[in-house]
Amino acid sequence: MTTTFPQLLLQHAAQRPDAPALREKEYGIWQTWSWKAAAAEVRLMACGLLSLGFAKGQNLALISDNRPHVYMGFIAVQSIGGVPIPLYQDAVASEMRFVMEDAEIHFAFAENQEQVDKLLEVRESVSGITHIIYDDPRGLRNYDQPGLISTADLMARGSEWDRAHPGVWESMVGQISPQDVSVILYTSGTTGKPKGVCQTHASFIGAASGAAEVDRLGPQDSIISYLPPAWVGDHLFSLAQWLVAGYTINCPESAGTVSIDMREIGPTYYFAPPRVFEGMLTSISIRMEDAAPFKRRMYEKAMELARRVGSDILDGKPVGALDRLKYRLADFAVYGPLRNVMGLSRIRVAYTAGAAIGPELFRFFRSIGINLKQFYGQTETCAYVCLQRDGQVDLNSVGQAAPGIELKLADNGEVLVKGVAVLKEYYKRPDATAEVIDASGYFHTGDAGVIDANGQLRIIDRAKDVGKMKSGAMFAPNYIENKLKFFSHIKEAVCFGHDRDQVCAFINIDFEAVGNWAERQNLPYAGYVDLASKAKVLELVADCVAQVNADLARESGMADTQVARFLVLHKELDPDDDELTRTRKVRRNFIAEKYGVLIDALYAGKGEQFIETQVKFEDGRTGTVSATLKIIDAKTYPASAAA
Amino acid sequence: MTSKKIGDVILDVKNISLRFGGVKALTDISFDVREHEIRSIIGPNGAGKSSMLNCINGVYTPQEGSITFRGKTFSHMNSRQVAEMGVARTFQNLALFKGMSVIDNIMTGRNLKIKSNLLMQALRIGPAEREEIRHREFVEHIIDFLEIQAWRKTPVGQLPYGLQKRVDLGRALAMEPQVLLLDEPMAGMNVEEKQDMCRFILDVNDEFGTTIVLIEHDMGVVMDISDRVVVLDYGKKIGDGAPDEVRDNEDVIRAYLGTAH
Repeated sequence: MTTTFPQLLLQHAAQRPDAPALREKEYGIWQTWSWKAAAAEVRLMACGLLSLGFAKGQNLALISDNRPHVYMGFIAVQSIGGVPIPLYQDAVASEMRFVMEDAEIHFAFAENQEQVDKLLEVRESVSGITHIIYDDPRGLRNYDQPGLISTADLMARGSEWDRAHPGVWESMVGQISPQDVSVILYTSGTTGKPKGVCQTHASFIGAASGAAEVDRLGPQDSIISYLPPAWVGDHLFSLAQWLVAGYTINCPESAGTVSIDMREIGPTYYFAPPRVFEGMLTSISIRMEDAAPFKRRMYEKAMELARRVGSDILDGKPVGALDRLKYRLADFAVYGPLRNVMGLSRIRVAYTAGAAIGPELFRFFRSIGINLKQFYGQTETCAYVCLQRDGQVDLNSVGQAAPGIELKLADNGEVLVKGVAVLKEYYKRPDATAEVIDASGYFHTGDAGVIDANGQLRIIDRAKDVGKMKSGAMFAPNYIENKLKFFSHIKEAVCFGHDRDQVCAFINIDFEAVGNWAERQNLPYAGYVDLASKAKVLELVADCVAQVNADLARESGMADTQVARFLVLHKELDPDDDELTRTRKVRRNFIAEKYGVLIDALYAGKGEQFIETQVKFEDGRTGTVSATLKIIDAKTYPASAAA
Repeated sequence: MTSKKIGDVILDVKNISLRFGGVKALTDISFDVREHEIRSIIGPNGAGKSSMLNCINGVYTPQEGSITFRGKTFSHMNSRQVAEMGVARTFQNLALFKGMSVIDNIMTGRNLKIKSNLLMQALRIGPAEREEIRHREFVEHIIDFLEIQAWRKTPVGQLPYGLQKRVDLGRALAMEPQVLLLDEPMAGMNVEEKQDMCRFILDVNDEFGTTIVLIEHDMGVVMDISDRVVVLDYGKKIGDGAPDEVRDNEDVIRAYLGTAH
C-alpha cells in the first residue's frame, strides 16, 4: 500500500468533489458533507490544531459519539503527523485517566458538555491536558477554564493560520508515510490494564481494501455509523473502508434514534454485533405476539417456509418451482415488510462479529433474504482475519482467511495470524508486543480454533479460558455460556468448572424479554431484583438450562460439562462495575473474585445465599443492592450419543 | 461557574388578594421577579401557589392588587394578552393534545407567531408554506434542545409521563417567552427525570436568558436551582429571599414541620 488516509480523502475530493461523503441527521433533516466540503473542514481543523501548537508525533484523544467531526478529526490529526486515539464515550473519568497518562495527551476532542466535564475532572490529576476542543457548545457558554475551544473557533483559527502559512499543510500531508501509525486503539483489556494497539495507515488500508474487494464495496454503498468510534470495528467500517471504497457514512441523530434513522437511510452495507440483531428479532417477536391472530398465523406460516427454503434461495442452491413461487409471495407479504421495519430493505451485505451468534438468530436473518455473514478479527488485526464469502456461509465457522492474511494453528490449537493487518506494536510496551508476535512474525490471537478441509476457521473459546475439570474433561466456558445466551430470556451467563467436579453458572435474565413474559403470565414484579427472584422466572431459566444440558449430553466429550447448579443474579452485570468490558465481554476472574461467596455457596450445596453488592450509577455515585439468591439444581442428562 | 447577570424587575406583583366566595385563596401578596432569575414559589399543599401563577397568567382575576409587567400595570388581563406579552406556562396536570405527535404539540406553541390565515395554510399558498418551514425549524431546535428526537412523530399520549412533561415545556418554549411560568415541573417524576428536568430548566435560563417563575414541592430541587424563593402558607406570604435565608426562616420551618422544635 502506498497511500495514507489523508491522501485518500484528497483523492476523493479531487475526483468526485460533489458526491456525498458524510451525512448527519440534525434538526430533523439529513445534512450532507460532500467530499470537497469534508476535505476543506479537515484542512481547517488540521490548521487550527497547528495554530494551537499541536506538534508532529503528538497524540490526540477523541471522546465522542458518531459525529462527522470525529471522523474528520481522525483525518485532520493524521494529516499533520499526529496520532488519533479514540476513547469509549461511556468511559468514566477514572478509566480515561489511565489512557491520558499512558499516551501523554495534551490535546483532546470532546463531543459535548458531558465529555468536557469528564476531561476537566481528569485534568485535575493529569496535568498534561492543555487543550480541549468541543463540538457542541451547549451548556459550555460559562466555562472559563483555560484551553477550551469549540470546533467552529478551531476552524476559524485554522483558516487564518492557513492564509498566513500557504502550502504548509499540503507539504505536511505529503510527508506522511503509509508505515506511520495512523491510530492507537486501546483494547478494553479482559485482564489487566488496557494496552494501546498501534496500527499503521498501510495495515488499515490493506484490511479495508481486502474486504472491499471480497464484497465489491464502492461509492454506491451507504452505511450507518452508530457503533463506538473507539472500537476497531467502527474504525474499519466507518473510516478505513469509507475512505478506501468511497461510500457514504451516515451519523444518526442520537443514540436513541438509530433504528428510525436506519429506516430513513436504508444502508446497503451493515455491521452489527449479534446483540443488535438479537434486539431486532426480540422486538419483532414481541410485537408479533401482540398482533392479531390472522397476522400471527401469516407470520408463522411464512417463517416456516423461510426456515425451509430461505437460506438455499439466498445461496443460489436449487429449490423447487412451487416453493420459489410461495417464497416470492411471502416475500411480498411478510419478509419485505419485515426487512423494511428493521431498516434492512436495501441491504446487500451484512456482517456480524464480536461474539458467537445463535443459530436461530443467524438463520432467521438469512432466511428472510438478508445476506448476513460472519467475520473474525480483533483490534490487533484491524478486525480482519477471516471473512465468509458469498455462497459459502456456514453458521459454525467464521470463514476463510481474508485476502493478504496467512493463517495457521499452534500445537495447542491457538490461532496464529500473519499478514497485512497485523499490529505494528503495543504502545510503549515492547514486552507485551514480544509476547504476542513471535520470531516468524505470527500474531498469537489467544483464541483456540479448528480449521476444516475447506479452510474455514471455527473458533471454540479463548485459549486461556479452556480449562479442565477434575474428571479430565475439557471445559470451554464460553461454549456453554453462548448456548445459554442464545435463549432470549438469558442475557448473560458465567460458568465455572475449571478444577472442579461439576459446572455451576451465574445467570442474568434479559429484563425486557422476561419482563414481557411476566406481564403475559400476569406476574406482577417491582423491578429487576424482584423479577429475578420470582419462583416462576427461576423455573423458566431452569428450563433453558435443562435444554442446554440435553444439548451438551448429545455432544461427544461435553456431557461432563452440563450445568449442575445455577443461580440468577440480582443485578445486571455492568461495565460500570467492571464486571464486563466496554465491549460487553465477561471479566471472568473479576466476577469470580467479587462474587466469591456465591461460588462457594454453589459448590457447598447450599439452598440460598445472601449477598450485598456495590453498584456504580452512571453519574459516578455508588449504592448497594442486596438480595437472598436461591440456588437451583438443574436437570442433567446421561451422556446419550457418544457416537 | 455561572456568571449570569440578574437584571431589573421585570414582573412586579403588588398586594394581590384573591377570593373564591368566602375562601381566601391569596391575601395581600407582593413580590417581584427580576430579569434572568429563577424565582421559586413554594409552600405546603393548598398554600395558594397555583392560584398565584393563575393570577399572573391571567386565568384568575384577583379582587385586589396589581401586576406590573415591564413597567405596564394591569389590574386584570385575559390569558391571550398575557401570552402576547411574552409570558408562557406549563401545567401541573398536563394539558397536551394526547392524540397529536410531539412535533404538532410543540407547533401549537407557535400559534401566536403564525401570520398566514387558515385558508392560505389549507391551500399551502406560497407564504404560508415558507412560514411553516420557518416555524418548523424553530421547533426542531427545541426538540434538539430537549433531546426528544427519538419521539418526534410519536403521539404524545403514548409517551411516559416524564417525557410528556418535557413536551409541555417544549410547547411553552416555542412561544419564545420572556417569562416562563412552570407549575410543578417535577411532580411525579423519578430522581433521574428530575435531574434531567433541572438541567433543562437551568439550560433554558442560561442559554435563552429566559426569566423563570417556578412552583415546586421538592425543596431540594428548589434550593439548588433558585436565585430567590417566595414562601406561601394559607394564602399569605411568610418568607421571601435567597434559598439560604428562607431555609433559616422560623415561619417557614413551622409551616413545613408543623411546630418549631
